[in-house]
Amino acid sequence: MVIIMKNEKYELIAQDHKAPNPRLKNAIIAFVVGGIIGLLGEGIIELLCYFTHMSRNNAGTIMIVVMIFIASLSTALGFFDKLVTKFKCGLLIPITGFAHSMTSAALDYKREGPIYGIGANIFKLAGSVILYGIIAAWFFGMIRFLLGGRV
Amino acid sequence: MLLINSFLFCGTVCLIAQIILDNTKLTPGHVTSMFVVFGAFLDSFSFYDKIIKVVGGGALLPITSFGHSLIHGALAKANEYGILGILMGMFDLTATGITAAIIFSFIFTLLFKPKN
Repeated sequence: MVIIMKNEKYELIAQDHKAPNPRLKNAIIAFVVGGIIGLLGEGIIELLCYFTHMSRNNAGTIMIVVMIFIASLSTALGFFDKLVTKFKCGLLIPITGFAHSMTSAALDYKREGPIYGIGANIFKLAGSVILYGIIAAWFFGMIRFLLGGRV
Repeated sequence: MLLINSFLFCGTVCLIAQIILDNTKLTPGHVTSMFVVFGAFLDSFSFYDKIIKVVGGGALLPITSFGHSLIHGALAKANEYGILGILMGMFDLTATGITAAIIFSFIFTLLFKPKN
């Protein structure tokens, strides 16, 4: 009984000294950073369409390649990890997070050699995205196809 | 207008992900996988195509668009070749992203040394 009382008291004291909850701040940061990434993407598409008169689909593809290039390069240079710890989902949910996970996994296991290091681990984190993406796309695609809904 | 929509849409997706991440025990890996599945689900009835028309580039960037392009390519091929087309067209649209990510990360891994 005495111990339980002490635990309750301890929790009360601990709650008073806890750091202020950063959830709201995290959410706002993720919203703003993610929004800026989206804005940049659309900006690149519009610039490409304006200057080279290519179709919107091609411009979108080039924009994604540019984003992956920037994310991979900055991960390899080492400052993308710091940005991710600051901005979290703002950078992880766009395609930059996909490129970052591949490059950082490959870099982490580089010293174990080209086959069992880089080759075996490059999809360590991105693999789950590809696996569940394909399973879900196959599953929903089959449902759509069997229901007779032509695209 | 597309610029503002892109900002709002991409920001909202990241916001939802951040809220899930902060309030549950799920890791970023769980959240990204969930979002890919959710994107594929949204496009199984062509809803994501409408979002892309309204939002533009901002809808192509979040990982949900990866699931969307997987199922979109699969269904487009399925129209031509029947049920085998779902297997044939799976990577049609995402090939650029995956190939670019593999090539860039491999080259940069060879060129740079890991920090720490």
